[in-house]
Amino acid sequence: MSPTPRGRRLRGAATATLMASITALIFTGCAPGSAPQSATTATDVSTQLTKDKVQLTIADETGFPLTDDLAKEFTKQHPNITFKITRDTFQNLTANAPKLLASSTPPDLIRLPTLGDTVKDGLVADLDPFAKAYGWDKWPAAQLAPLRMTKDGERGSGSLYQLGLGYSVTGIFMNKKLAAQAGITTTPETLDELGDDFAKAKAAGVAPLVEGDKDGVVNFTVQAAMNQYADKQEFLDWMFNKSGASYNTPGNVKGAELIRTWADKGYFPSDINAVDYFTFVSRFQDGGGVFTFNGNWEAANYAKKLGKDVTFFLVPPAKKGGDHVAMGAANSFSAAAKSKHLNEVAYFLNWVHTNDKARQIVVDVTGAAPGGDPSQAQPKVEKGSITEEVLKAAAQIAKEDGQVDFMANTTAGIYAGAIIPESQLLVTSKISGQEFVDKVQAFYEQEVKK
Amino acid sequence: MTTARPRVENTIGHDLARRATRTDRHGTAVRPARRRRLAGRGGLIGWILVAPALLFYAAFVLWPLIQGVQFSFYDWNGIGASTWVGFTNYLTVFTDPDLLGAIKNAFILIAYFTFIPVIFGLILASLIRSMKAGFFSSFSQTVLFLPQIIPLAAAGIAWSWMYAQMGAVNQILGWVGLGDLARPWLGDYQTALPAVGLIGSWTLTGLCTVLLLTGIGKIDQSLYEAVRLDGAGWWREFFTITVRGLRQELAVLITITIIAALSSFDIIYTTTLGGPGRATLVPGISIYRIGFTQSEVGLASAFGIILMVLVLIVVLPIQRLSKVRDQ
Repeated sequence: MSPTPRGRRLRGAATATLMASITALIFTGCAPGSAPQSATTATDVSTQLTKDKVQLTIADETGFPLTDDLAKEFTKQHPNITFKITRDTFQNLTANAPKLLASSTPPDLIRLPTLGDTVKDGLVADLDPFAKAYGWDKWPAAQLAPLRMTKDGERGSGSLYQLGLGYSVTGIFMNKKLAAQAGITTTPETLDELGDDFAKAKAAGVAPLVEGDKDGVVNFTVQAAMNQYADKQEFLDWMFNKSGASYNTPGNVKGAELIRTWADKGYFPSDINAVDYFTFVSRFQDGGGVFTFNGNWEAANYAKKLGKDVTFFLVPPAKKGGDHVAMGAANSFSAAAKSKHLNEVAYFLNWVHTNDKARQIVVDVTGAAPGGDPSQAQPKVEKGSITEEVLKAAAQIAKEDGQVDFMANTTAGIYAGAIIPESQLLVTSKISGQEFVDKVQAFYEQEVKK
Repeated sequence: MTTARPRVENTIGHDLARRATRTDRHGTAVRPARRRRLAGRGGLIGWILVAPALLFYAAFVLWPLIQGVQFSFYDWNGIGASTWVGFTNYLTVFTDPDLLGAIKNAFILIAYFTFIPVIFGLILASLIRSMKAGFFSSFSQTVLFLPQIIPLAAAGIAWSWMYAQMGAVNQILGWVGLGDLARPWLGDYQTALPAVGLIGSWTLTGLCTVLLLTGIGKIDQSLYEAVRLDGAGWWREFFTITVRGLRQELAVLITITIIAALSSFDIIYTTTLGGPGRATLVPGISIYRIGFTQSEVGLASAFGIILMVLVLIVVLPIQRLSKVRDQ
C-alpha cells in the first residue's frame, strides 16, 4: 500500500503538529513540577488524643507485620482510632513514596527508608514541635540524628522528620554446632580472629560464610569490615551527605580490601551473586554454614529452626579491646506533610515508644530494640534466648556510642546503582577494594551534585 | 512542491482509476472523480468513527510521549521544581559507560530474542506442517505455544530456580555426566546474559511457530506439489517455497521480537536485576532505576527517548524491506 498524497499530507501535518507542540512545550518555559510547598502549616500541637472517630492510614512494606499488631493494640486501648494499612514490596514502596506523599490523599504515616528529596519538596511533616511537646528531645541524640535533615538535604542535624518503629542492630550470627565441628569454641575478638575462624571452617569442610548478593545484601559484610577501620564521624558525614565528605577514605579502602582477601580465599559461596536475601537466610537456617552477617530482625526466625545452636555477636573490632561499631537504623516512618491527623499520628508514635504493651510488641515481633528513653523499663524477654543476646548487643552499641547508619541509605539511588553491582564484582574478585570505593564515590558525586 | 504536485497527482490518479476499474464488484467502471468524492465523504465519517480511539491514543500515548521529550531537557525529581539543562541528559546517556553497556547488552539480546526463536519457529512450523493433521500435530502446537501464555515475570522466576546451583539445569547436567559444567548460571559473568536470553528464546519460540504455521497455511499447496514434482527435497522446498511465502510473517515477527529484546525488562527484573555486576543490565532496568529509585526523571526520560529512537532505527528498515520486496 503506497500512501496517497492525501495520506502523506495528513501524516506530514500530524508530524508537524507533534513537533510544534513539543517545541512549544520545551521553549515556552513551562517547566514541569512545582516549587516546593511552603513549610507545613502549623497544626495546633496537642498531646491530648482526640475523642473523635479517626481513621489513620499507614503505608508499609510487605512481610513486616509489626504495624498490624501495633494498630490492633492501639485500637484496643483507644477504640475511636482505627487504622487502614496498605502494603507494597519494599522496592515498590520506596519508588512510589514521593508520589504517594504528593498525592491529594497521602497516607498519614509511611515507611520511608531514605528521606531523599521529600524534605526539600515539603512532602513530610516536621516533627520538631511534637518532639518538644512529648519530650522526645530527651532521648539519646544518636538514636534520632539519622532521622533529622536540614533544609539543604544534609542528614544528622536539622528538624526531625522520622521516627522508628523499632531500632535495629546488625552483627554476626554463628551456628554453634557447625562451629564446634570446625574447632571454633569462642566468638572472635578481632577481625583477624574472625578471618582465622573462616579458615578453620573451610579447612574442616564447612562453609565459613552464608551470604547472598543477588540483591546486594553482602553490603552488610562489606560495611561491617569498613566500620572497624574507618573514622566513624567521617563515614557518617558521608552517609549524611555533608558537603565535601568522601567515601574514598583509607579506612573504607582497607575494609573493602579485606573483603577482597576473603573473596580470594574462597570464603564466600561460589554462587553468591545468584543468591537472594531470602535464599541465604533459609540456607543459614538449614545449617548451610558457620557464620552469617545479618540483623536482629532475623534473630527469632533463626532461633525457630536452629534453637539453642545459634548465637549472635557484634562484629569484632580491628584491635583487641577496641570499641564496637555496628550498623543500625530505625525502622523509619514519616508523617505526610498533608496529613489531616498529625496530632493523632504523633500520639501513636509516642505511644509506640512509651507504652509498655507497645514496646513489648516491638520486641516480640521484630526482636528490635523499642527505642525511646533508655531509662524506661525494657520489655521482658526469655532468659538465654537469642532475643536477649541481640538486645544486649544493642544496649552495648548504645553505651559505646557505636551505631552508624547503613551505607545503602546514603542516597536514594546508590544501593541499586552502585553498591549492588560493585559489591557483586568485589566478592567475586573482579575488582580491588580501591576500585570498589572509587566507583561508589563516583556514583555518589554524580547523584549528590544536583 | 507546487510544480511537482500535478505530476504525482496524475500518476496516482491513473493508478486509482486502474484499481477502481479492477476492483469494482458490479463490473462497471467507477470514474476516478466520483471515486475521490466518495473517499472524501468516507474520510469524514472515518474520522468521526476513529475519534474516540484517537482521543485515547492522544491522551495516553502521544501526550505522555510529548511530555517525555519535554522532561528529558530538565533536571527534575518528578515532584519539586525543575531546572532546564538542555541536552545534558542525552550527553550523559552517551558518555556513561554503564548506560552504554546496557544498550550493548540489549543488542546482544536480539540474538536470543529474535534469531533463535524465528529460526526455530521456521523449522518447527515446517515440521508440524509436514505432519499429518491429528492429535500429535495439535498437541505439539499447544505445547509450543504454552510458554507464550505464561507471564514473563512468572517465567523469569521459574527459570531462576532452574538455573540455580541446585536447580534443574545443573541436575540434568549431572545425570548426563556433564557435572563439570554445572555452575550458578545467573551468577556467572560469562553465562548470565546468554541464560536470560534463552528464557526469551523459550517464551518467544511458541509465538513464532504458531504465527508462521498460519502463514504456511496460506501458501498455495500447488507450489509445494510443483517443486516436489521437480524432485526437490525438504530443504529445497523449505527455502524456495516456505521461507519466501512467509516474508510478511517474518517481518512482523522480527519486528516484534527485536522490540522485545531492546525494551526487555520483566525477565531481567525477576532473574538477575542486571547483575552480576552489570553483566545483564539493559536499558529497561536502567530507566526504571534512574526514574523511580534515583528520582532523576529527566535523565530517565532522555534514556527512554533514545531507546525509542534506537528501536525505530532498527525496526523501520525491516518494515521498508518487507514492503519493497512485496511489490
